[in-house]
Parts: sequence; structure tokens; C-alpha cells
Amino acid sequence: MADVKKIATRESYGNALVELGAEYPNLVVLDADLAAATKTGVFKKAYPERHIDCGIAECNMTGIAAGLATMGKIPFVSSFAMFAAGRAFEQVRNSIGYPHLNVKIGATHAGITVGEDGASHQCNEDIALMRTIPGMVVMCPADDVEAKAAVRAAVEHEGPVYIRFGRAACPVINDRPDYKFEIGKGTVVREGSDVTIVAAGICVGNALEAAEMLAAQGISAEVINICTIKPLDTEIIINSAKKTGRVVTAEEHSVIGGLGSAVCDALCASYPVPVKKIGMQDVFGESGSAAALVEKYKLDGKGICEQVRDFLK
Amino acid sequence: MNNLELKKTANEVRKGIVTAVHSAKAGHPGGSLSAADIYTYLYFEEMNVDPKNPKMEERDRFVLSKGHTAPGLYSTLANRGFFPVEDLKTLRKLGSYLQGHPSMQYIPGVDMSSGSLGQGISAAVGMALGAKMDKKDIRVYTLLGDGEIEEGQVWEASMFAGHRKLDNLVVIVDNNGLQIDGPVSEVCSPYPIDKKFEAFNFHVINVDAHDFDAIRAAFREARETKGMPTAIIAHSLKGKGVSFMEGSVAWHGTAPNDEQYAVAMADLEKISEELNQEVEA
Repeated sequence: MADVKKIATRESYGNALVELGAEYPNLVVLDADLAAATKTGVFKKAYPERHIDCGIAECNMTGIAAGLATMGKIPFVSSFAMFAAGRAFEQVRNSIGYPHLNVKIGATHAGITVGEDGASHQCNEDIALMRTIPGMVVMCPADDVEAKAAVRAAVEHEGPVYIRFGRAACPVINDRPDYKFEIGKGTVVREGSDVTIVAAGICVGNALEAAEMLAAQGISAEVINICTIKPLDTEIIINSAKKTGRVVTAEEHSVIGGLGSAVCDALCASYPVPVKKIGMQDVFGESGSAAALVEKYKLDGKGICEQVRDFLK
Repeated sequence: MNNLELKKTANEVRKGIVTAVHSAKAGHPGGSLSAADIYTYLYFEEMNVDPKNPKMEERDRFVLSKGHTAPGLYSTLANRGFFPVEDLKTLRKLGSYLQGHPSMQYIPGVDMSSGSLGQGISAAVGMALGAKMDKKDIRVYTLLGDGEIEEGQVWEASMFAGHRKLDNLVVIVDNNGLQIDGPVSEVCSPYPIDKKFEAFNFHVINVDAHDFDAIRAAFREARETKGMPTAIIAHSLKGKGVSFMEGSVAWHGTAPNDEQYAVAMADLEKISEELNQEVEA
């Protein structure tokens, strides 16, 4: 996939906001001194009067967004996942979730592809935190196309939404004319019959690479792209599990509480099959390049391929 | 309303507080009673609200950042006509819309859900900012506890409000001097409160929280203050109006039993009688 176009989903986030800002005069963007990194700087440039820098105070930023939402604004709260979902968790839960306010949380720098900054900034827990809040939509787009579509869908959706974006550039895999996005709908991106790989975020592209490698070894893997982790498209997962009988989940997140857990919840309830959860195995990350980390923690195509093969033995 | 009418109304608000908490067998009477005069002034004199149209777009907003004193807010809203006073007896009961802490989804007149300390002020700041962005003449009021201001988020919000010169925002601190674990000065002193808000670029007014002349003057001064938000430090008496609750930390979050309720209501009835004999000067 060397010649494939690569774009970080945080770039897509900023670009989508600029586009939507023209259509929605009540769309406002909040940052906590990270506009350059969250890529909302482009929105600030286009609509300076609608960009609110709150300084390094994520809890207050979250509450301000709640207040703005009660006044009819559509606020996008932007920060790193560690701070947007982690530090401000209780503010998200009580000031946004409980009153079900129309606030969108754009969390960039999720997962280990934060890279060199190391474990303190690599949030592998945000999906787990956010999916426990009643009424919260949780999305983790796989590429530029899906990220932009998810931001648009978030604006069109009435209620709180959490969207997770990555720092590192990742391949564009959804660039096709018939691409459609809907909150709560997964997509079979490769058909197969021996095993189902359910993936989110950067792991979708990597799972497709893994499926290619597995095919060379005689294993037919079906790959499902799940952007919306909550509400989860249980139907697409169960239908695939009925066909393959085995499910692997792949995510740049802890295997505790994330996509893997959500998929297990769904399968346990109606069609139990053996599941292997690929992700961060209850460990903190570390400093290194995004590529080196993804390789070390076996979230790249090769790592996913190996783990799927071991699981099928 | 003149001062006598305000005093009479505040006394009715206090009766509602004691009745609601007694009926619920739980809740926070002390900090509700200490703020009863402030609540009354806000809803009967200061704020542009319409009980028949609680979601009126151009209304002033109130955020009860010290959400545990919901009985005070609910009793004020009920007496103002947002919902029946009789419903106060359903406070905290299963199936009642009067939740233990304010919920904007269920309760007419509640502009923001609150209860987790330190968060309400941020929402109020967001509302004040939203009004400014839309160039709307909407004022936003938020009531904090003096224990609550130990929360760091209060100062994040204050820094932002001062920086953005939100002169449509009034932060009121109910300085009754007591928090659950004891006097605020002993637990983790927030003093000097006025100088802290001054340092965060607020216009600060110290006021006797039970003197309607002083309260009226303070809110007028806040309205006239341009280019900066106002903080009103309301020096109050916890449990005000109920003899055995006054100045007692024990009544922060305890409900009176039947006997205590009878004494409390007798105290408040006596105040009513005295007020009925007063003639507004």
C-alpha cells in the first residue's frame, strides 16, 4: 500500500470543521491551547469569532461547551483524547451527558500513534470511558473520508458525540464514489469465510493488509470496519460470526472496555463464538515513532496477521 | 417588590425548603436557607423570567453551581409559579421530577443540570459567552458555595470570565462559612474570597446576604459594571430562619424529623406573624 494517499484523521477533523462552519453559523470550536495540534487552527483562521481558546483548562472548556449548547450553539470541544475524555471525564458525564446536551467532542492524538510523547499522552482508555455514558455516541474513524463523514454526521445528530482522531497519517481506504456513512452502521470492507476481523481506526487499514497476508496463507478473512462503537452495529457482526464462527477484534486502544469489549458484549448476548481481542493488552505505551510502536504492539498488518493465525490454530 | 414583600416571600421559600427536606427525609437545608434571600431576590426582582414560558429564549439564566441546595431553588421556583408548591413534598422520591440535584431535563425553570461541585460556574460562563456572541441582552447568574470554591475548576472558569470581560455574568458566593467537614476556614480556607476574585479580574461586592437593601444595591451595581464580570460575596448565616439550624454544620445535609420539623415551622410561622405586623416604611 506504499502508493496510497495518507492523511492523519486530525487533519480531516480540522478540514471538516471549516466546511461545516460555512453551513452552520451556530457551530463553534473550543480548544485548550492545542489548536495547532488538534488541527482546528484552520477553523480559527476561517472563523476567528467562532473559535474559543479556553487556555489549558479542559474541565472548564467542557463546561463552557455545555453552557454554549444550552444557548443553541453546536460546540466542538477539541483536545487530546487523554484530556478530553480522561481529565474531563466527569465534566463530560455530568455537564454534557446527564443533561444530554448537543456537544461534540473531537479528541485527537488517541492511542499509541501519538508516538514520541510517550505513555502519558497515549490515551488507550477513552473509548472505554466514553461508551459508559448513557446517550453518548462514540466514533473512531478509519481514514480521512470516514473522519470527515463522521464529523458531518455528528453535527446532524442531536445529542452528545465523541469522535476519536489520530495524530499519525494513515492510508485513505474509503475513497470511492459509492461511500456512504451512517452513525451506527458498520461496513464489510472485505469478504471472507474463515474468520471475521472487526476493526476500528487505523486498525481497519492494517486489518486489510493482514487479510491480504492471510489469503496468501490460505486463510479467508472477512474484515468489518466499525466506525461507530456506540451504538454498535451488532447485526453486521453477528451475521459475519454466523458465517465464519470466529471473531478477532483489532483496535488502537486497551482490550479492556473498547471495541473488543463492545463486540464481546454483542456476541455474548445472542451468538457466542470464540473471540480474540487485539489491542493494548492492559499495558501503558512508551516513546517511539508511531510506526515502531504499532509494530511492537502488533497492531500493524503483520502483527494482526500473526495473531489471527495463532488464534485459528 | 418592596423589601417587606421580599422578606415575606423569602420566608415562604424557607417554609418550602424545610417542608421538602422533611418530606424527603434527606437533603440539604442549611445552605438552602442561607441562600433563600438571594434566591428570592433573583427570581422575584432581578431576573427576566416567565413561569408560564420557562424556556423563553431571551430569559436570564441561573445556574445553581452548589446544586445540593436544590431545595432552595425548587422552593423559589415553586413560589414563583413554575410548578405547584405542593409538589415540593415529592422531593427526592422515586418518580418525582424534583431530583435530588437540579436537572434541566425534568424541572421547569432549571436552566442547567448541576450538583457536581465546580461545574456549574463553567456552564454559566458558557451561557454568558453565548449571549455575548449573539449580542443578546441576557444576564447569567450562578450561585456557588464557599466550600465549593475549593474546586480548581471554579478558578479556571473565573480566569476565563475575567479574561473575556463577561460583564453579563454575576457569580454569587454564599459565604455561610461552613462545609460538611466543618468551618471552611479550618477545612481548607478559601479566604480571602473577595481578593481572589479581584485577582481574577472581577468587580467584587461584599454584601449582607439577609439585607434586601444591600442585596438590591449589589445587583444594581453589578448591572452597571461594564467590562468585567461581577462577584457578589454574600455573607450569610447557614440555616437562617430556623433556630436550631442556624450556624450549625450538623444541618448541612440532614433532614429534620417530625418533632424538629414542627419546631422549624413554628420558627418560620413566628417570622411570618412578625412580618405581617410590619408596615413597609
